[in-house]
Amino acid sequence: MKTFKGGIHLEYHKELTAGKPIRDAKEPKIAVIHLSQGGAICQPLVKVGDPVKVGQKLGDSDKLISAPVHSSVSGKVTAIENAPHPNGTVSKAVYIESDGKSEKVGPIMNISVREAGIVGMGGGAFPAHIKLNPTMGHNIDTVILNGAECEPYITCDHALMLEEPLSIVEGLVGILNTVSAKQGIVAVEDNKLDAYRKIKGAVSQTNIKAELVETKYPQGGEKELVYALLKREVPSGGFPMDIGCIVSNVGTAHAINRSQKTGMPLTERVITVTGAVKNPSNLRVKVGTKIIDLIEDCGGFSGNPKKVILGGPMMGITQHTLETPVAKCTTCVLVLDEKDVKLFEEQSCIRCCRCVDTCPVQLMPNFLADYSQNDMFEKAIDNGAMDCIECGICSYVCPTRRELVHWIKLAKAKRNKK
Amino acid sequence: MSRFSITHAPHIRTKDDSTRIMFYTIIALLPAAIAGTCLFGMNSIVLMVSSIIAAVITEYLMLFMRGKKAVPADVFSAVITGMLLAMVITSATPWWMVMMGSIFAISIVKHAFGGLGFNIFNPALAARAFMLASWPVIMTTWPKPFDMATGATQLALVKSKALEMSIMNMPGHINTYWQLFIGSRGGSLGETSVIALLIGAAFLLIKGIIDWRIPVSFILTVAAISALFGADPIFHVMAGGLVLGAFFMATDPVTKPMGRAGRWIFGIGCGAITVVIRFLGGYPEGVCYAILIMNGFTPLIDRYVTDRVYGHGVKNRKNDKRHN
Repeated sequence: MKTFKGGIHLEYHKELTAGKPIRDAKEPKIAVIHLSQGGAICQPLVKVGDPVKVGQKLGDSDKLISAPVHSSVSGKVTAIENAPHPNGTVSKAVYIESDGKSEKVGPIMNISVREAGIVGMGGGAFPAHIKLNPTMGHNIDTVILNGAECEPYITCDHALMLEEPLSIVEGLVGILNTVSAKQGIVAVEDNKLDAYRKIKGAVSQTNIKAELVETKYPQGGEKELVYALLKREVPSGGFPMDIGCIVSNVGTAHAINRSQKTGMPLTERVITVTGAVKNPSNLRVKVGTKIIDLIEDCGGFSGNPKKVILGGPMMGITQHTLETPVAKCTTCVLVLDEKDVKLFEEQSCIRCCRCVDTCPVQLMPNFLADYSQNDMFEKAIDNGAMDCIECGICSYVCPTRRELVHWIKLAKAKRNKK
Repeated sequence: MSRFSITHAPHIRTKDDSTRIMFYTIIALLPAAIAGTCLFGMNSIVLMVSSIIAAVITEYLMLFMRGKKAVPADVFSAVITGMLLAMVITSATPWWMVMMGSIFAISIVKHAFGGLGFNIFNPALAARAFMLASWPVIMTTWPKPFDMATGATQLALVKSKALEMSIMNMPGHINTYWQLFIGSRGGSLGETSVIALLIGAAFLLIKGIIDWRIPVSFILTVAAISALFGADPIFHVMAGGLVLGAFFMATDPVTKPMGRAGRWIFGIGCGAITVVIRFLGGYPEGVCYAILIMNGFTPLIDRYVTDRVYGHGVKNRKNDKRHN
C-alpha cells in the first residue's frame, strides 16, 4: 500500500455522512460573500443598492496571487462591511439580500480558470490558475488529484467522487492538457473503496491512473501524497512544481470542468455538515451561506453543541458565531458535542518521542515548541519550523497535552511578520 | 461571551495520556516482579512495597516544597521509579536501605533537576549506583533462588573464570541457558527472569510505549562485541541486567535521546560500555553504569544528531529537462 513516513490512524466518524447523496441546501435569504477567499483581498466592484445576478463578479484584484469573487444569489447588495471570516478573523464582505429568483448572468464561452474564480477547494484556497501556470523552467510531468480526504468526519470529496467521477476525470484531463503533463493520478484512501471503483471506471478510457493510498492522517497533505505516490520529496521551502508535480483537489478539478462546461464561475460547492446535528448531510451550498442556515437545513443541533468548526477536527478553525459564512474553500461544518470537547492543562514534556515518531515531515516538535515557548523563535526556525505542515499530529499524540503545533505556528507567524 | 468554546487545532486528542502510559509500564513490570518474588521469596515484596511507599511520599513532599500541584502522572512515575529500584537491587537488601535509595532517587536525581521530564539521569539507576557506593557489601550479596544461601552471580563467576569454563567446556551448557532464561540464578530481584521481562517488554512494544531501536541496538551491540572478545554472546545477552536494562531502563523516555539516529547511537553506546565494563572493568556487571553514562550524553546527542527533515537536501528540479 502506498504511503508516507510517520502519520497516525484516527477514529474517522465518516459513517455519519459517508454514502449520503449530495442534496441542495436551501437558498440563503442573505448571502455574505467575502472579498478575501484565496489570494489577495479583492476590491469591491459593486455598490450598496446595486442589483446583482448569480455569477456576477463582485470583486477583483490586480495582485498576481488573487482570484475574483462572484455572487452566488440574485438580489440586491445591502451592505459592504466587515463580517466574521472562516479563518477566525473579520474581513470585508458583500451582503446580498436574495430575491429567490436565482437569475443568472449569461454564460461566458471558454471562461478562464481565473475569471471563474477557482481556488483550491481542499481548504488551501490557493488560486488555481497560478498552480496551472507554472513559472518558466518548471517541467510538469505528473498531475495528482487528491481524493485522500484524510481528515475525520469530512465526506464532501467522497460524495463528489461517487456522484461526479466523470466530471472529476474530465477536469484532470483538462489540467493535463493545460500543463502538457503526461501522467495523471487520482489518489483515494483505501477507506473509500466505492469512490475508488467509481474513479477507476471513469478513467478506463484514458491513460489516467486511479491509485489507492493507505488510510492514514495526513495522507491528503500534498507533500505526503507526492511522496506516497512518486517517492519524490518537495524541497524545503518549495512547491510540488519544483519536482515536476501539480497536486490538486478532486473538488478543484470538478469545479474547473463545471465552469468550462457551463461557462459559469464558481458560486457553489459541496460541504459536509456533521457532528452534533440532527441530520448530518453532504450539501451543495451557495458560497456565502451562513453556518446557522446550514445547521437549520440539517435539522438543527442535537445534544449540547460546544464547538463549531469550519474544516476538520485536526486542522479546522473554531467559530465564535454562527453568522460566519462559508467560503469557496470550506469543506466541512463540524459541530462537536460537549462530551467530545475536552480542555487540558499543558504539563511538562516527558520526552516520550511520540511527536517525533509520528511527525509526517520528521521534525522534532517538542524542541521547536520549547524554543517558541521561551521566545527563541530564530532557533525554532533554524530547526525547521518553516517545514511544519501544521497537521496537528504532535498535539494530538502528546500524552502531556502540550499544544505543540500551536507553539510551532507561533514561531512561523513571528517569522512571517518580519 | 460566545456560547462556543474557542481553541486552536487539533480539536481531538488521543486517549493515551501520560498517566495511562505509566500505568501500562507498571503492568509490564508485574511479570518480572512476580517472577522475582517466586525466585527470591517474600522479602522481594517487602522491598518493592517499601521502595514504592518511600518514592511516592518523597514525590508528594518534593512537589509540596516546590509549590507544585501533584498530577496523577507524577505519582505514577514515582511508583515506577520505586518499583524499578527494588528490581535492580539484591533481595538481601534490608527494607530501610531501599527506602533511602528511593528518597535519593526522587529528591536528588529527579526533583533537584526539575521533576518529571527534566531529570538527566534515570532515577532508579542513579539510586542503585548511590546504594552500591554506600553499602557495597550488602549490595553485592546475591541470594540463590529458592534458597537462603548466598553466592556469586553468573557474571561474577565469569570474572573468576569458573563459569566461563563450565559454559565453554561442559556438555550441560544448554541447561545454563535454560536457567538464565527462566531466571533461576543469582542476581538482582527483577533482572533474572528473561522470560518474564520479555513478556512485559512485548506488551510495551505492542502498546507503542517503548521504541524498538534502543533495546535492539543495545542487545545486538552486547552480543556482537562479546562475540568479538571470544565470549559466548547468548550468555552475555541473558546474564546480568541486560534484558531489564535494555527494555525498561534505557528506554526511560525522559533520559534517552529524541531523534531516531540519536536512539541508535544511545543503544549502541550503552551496549559498548556494558561490554567494556564486563570484560575490562572492576565490576562484574556494567549495564547500570553504561546507561547512566549514556544518559549523560543524551543532551549532547540531541543537540548534534538530528533526523533529516522532509525535503531537506532535496534538489529542486527547476530547469532540469530530464523529467519531461
